[in-house]
Amino acid sequence: MSDLVYFDYAATTPVDSRVLDAMLPYFSETFGNPSSVHRYGQRAEAAVETARETVAAGLHCQPDEIIFTSCGTESDNLAIRGAAMARKTSTGANRIVTARVEHHAVSKTAEQLEKHYGFHVDWLETNEYGMITPATVEQAIRAETALVSVMAANNEIGTLNPVAEIAEVCRAHAVPFHSDAVQAAAYLPLNLQDLGVDLLALGAHKFYGPKGIGAIYVRKGTSLLPSQTGGGQEHGLRAGTQNVPYIVGFAEAFRLTVAERDRRAAHVLPLRDQIISRVLEEIPDARLTGHPDLRLPNHASFVFKDMDGNLLLTLLDATGFACSSGSACKTGNPEPSEVMAAIGLPSQWGLGSLRVTLGKDSTAAQVEAFLKMLPGLVMKARELNRC
Amino acid sequence: MSKVVVAMSGGVDSSVAAALLKQQGYDVTGMMLRLWSEAGQEESNRCCSPDSLAQARRVAAILDIPFYAVDVKELFRSTVVQAFLDGYAQGITPNPCLVCNRVIKWGFLLEHALALGADYLASGHYARKRLAVDGREELLRAVDKAKDQSYVLHVLTQERLGQALFPVGEYSKPEIRALARNFNLPTATRSESQDLCFLAGQDYRDFIRRNAPQIALPGSILNRLGQALGEHHGLAYYTIGQRKGLGIPSSVPLYVLSKDATTNTLVVGVEAELGSRELTACDVNWIAGAAPAHTLRLQVKTRYTAREAWAMVTPLESGRVVVRFEEPQRDLTPGQAAVFYAGDIVLGGGLIQ
Repeated sequence: MSDLVYFDYAATTPVDSRVLDAMLPYFSETFGNPSSVHRYGQRAEAAVETARETVAAGLHCQPDEIIFTSCGTESDNLAIRGAAMARKTSTGANRIVTARVEHHAVSKTAEQLEKHYGFHVDWLETNEYGMITPATVEQAIRAETALVSVMAANNEIGTLNPVAEIAEVCRAHAVPFHSDAVQAAAYLPLNLQDLGVDLLALGAHKFYGPKGIGAIYVRKGTSLLPSQTGGGQEHGLRAGTQNVPYIVGFAEAFRLTVAERDRRAAHVLPLRDQIISRVLEEIPDARLTGHPDLRLPNHASFVFKDMDGNLLLTLLDATGFACSSGSACKTGNPEPSEVMAAIGLPSQWGLGSLRVTLGKDSTAAQVEAFLKMLPGLVMKARELNRC
Repeated sequence: MSKVVVAMSGGVDSSVAAALLKQQGYDVTGMMLRLWSEAGQEESNRCCSPDSLAQARRVAAILDIPFYAVDVKELFRSTVVQAFLDGYAQGITPNPCLVCNRVIKWGFLLEHALALGADYLASGHYARKRLAVDGREELLRAVDKAKDQSYVLHVLTQERLGQALFPVGEYSKPEIRALARNFNLPTATRSESQDLCFLAGQDYRDFIRRNAPQIALPGSILNRLGQALGEHHGLAYYTIGQRKGLGIPSSVPLYVLSKDATTNTLVVGVEAELGSRELTACDVNWIAGAAPAHTLRLQVKTRYTAREAWAMVTPLESGRVVVRFEEPQRDLTPGQAAVFYAGDIVLGGGLIQ
């Protein structure tokens, strides 16, 4: 794979060697069950609780407000289903406010609650950048609203949402507010004292941690119905023996991210800006998707008119560049995504998306090589589209 | 190292094709076409269900080759499916596999393979090719005569054939299964139905009823003398040689002799009236690039599943040929292909008129 350039850090990232080193002792040496009485268990428990403290310190919250889960998707599921169900039980509230541009972990969960559990979903409109404004949220909130869920940064088009302002609106109406921060965590300072959210979902593999481990912040006083019942681990909200090495890995990856965040952002930002400006300059009928400034610093996303995005990805991969069309779709099924529909792209544009996401190992030489190849490949994909 | 794209379906033949090419030292990439299905029938499409896509991706992972799915739904619908419906509307019995091979597999997919930098497109077809002494590409029947698929490949031109590879054509089906086991490839036996992929295992008549009922209007059933014997439900629902389902009381069995789209009539008769010694074919493709200068005595196959029959094949002007069989042929069906063989060599073929 050494001949391939990886430009899909929004899909996942390689595990940092320092993270792996931190994890390794917890497979076979310190292998105990954190719930056990004996010292094996005590050491494992100490590792989990230390990890919880590390994460809490990075988020500026209390350790007991952190719950470890198996991934960002599980975190979103627990936040939305758990909070919605708890609110419905306590107050009868049965409406969920969220948007079609959310990750499926959020939108499909909301749809299921509507279809099977007696909720009604109020879908928020977005602006042309896929952004959700506090005013839109304010208009959507009703007396029966059980939960608002708005992502911090969009995975497909990189747009940042005004999370703190939306949180203020929710707080004024006393409605719990969940934010999916899975994409945002690698680059945005997530100070929960400033953000004011009640629930926040994270996944380690987006910031150089391993796959299969996530976390959720649950503000004290926010009630959740557990998604998984059993032995009462994770404050009774997420039963099941903790995945100790991965929890340690999550915490180490997050600690490094907090420490190196500014440096990493400063590294990718000029590369991203170069990609955006050159693509828009050199490729005819190309548009940036998402907000030009209020976007993730490693995230460049485009649409090309009259082109099949999946075909471009195939050509790029064959040429040696691993990119994405926005969501990780391997089936070659050309349905415009909800995000493309929500930002109001005409049909000749909707299928031609490309997402280029950078990371700490991306180099200027890689970007230069990519920018040399891309115009020709877009042209080729357009020609094939016509045949 | 030559680069080859293999058209993969998840089935054992194309999987082994990919494995053989990899073993032979090619730089192999797998591609799978996502073809059109009726809404709700995607799971049952014989060529590209989600299951077969997963299977093909699994095989690619085992072989450690890149694999891409390519969407061709719109083009497939507007060419293959449309030609199928148009054919029935014109009173013929179309063979959409021929259109698919010409336009989709050896057109669209080949173009995509070349765009990826490939030198060849390979498929799991049972057929062979070789370079003749005069430098021309020849298409040959497969070693396994029971599995031979050269009939549907007669549409290939010199250029296309030059870019094609058929690695499994050198082997028998049992050998291919054994190779799959040796390569540790999944060999889950799927039904080898010869139904059209987009019919999803259902009768083509139901497909027409759902998708183009207007092309099949009731009309008269006549005998050769022009006497009305009954009413048919739409010419599209009958095929030449068909006996069952005519709904005419008769002391002797009656068969469909011909279909006349201009008068929307179905002509039936007794078995002795079936069959003909002669056909004309149009849009003939001669694989060598040009029609032979004179009449040839060749074996001619008039359906994918038919036995070859000896005939004198005479090229006419404007891509047509007349074929005179030595024995009368029972079910010569307009819309199917007549394919010409000299021994194992496929010389070409055209559509029966």
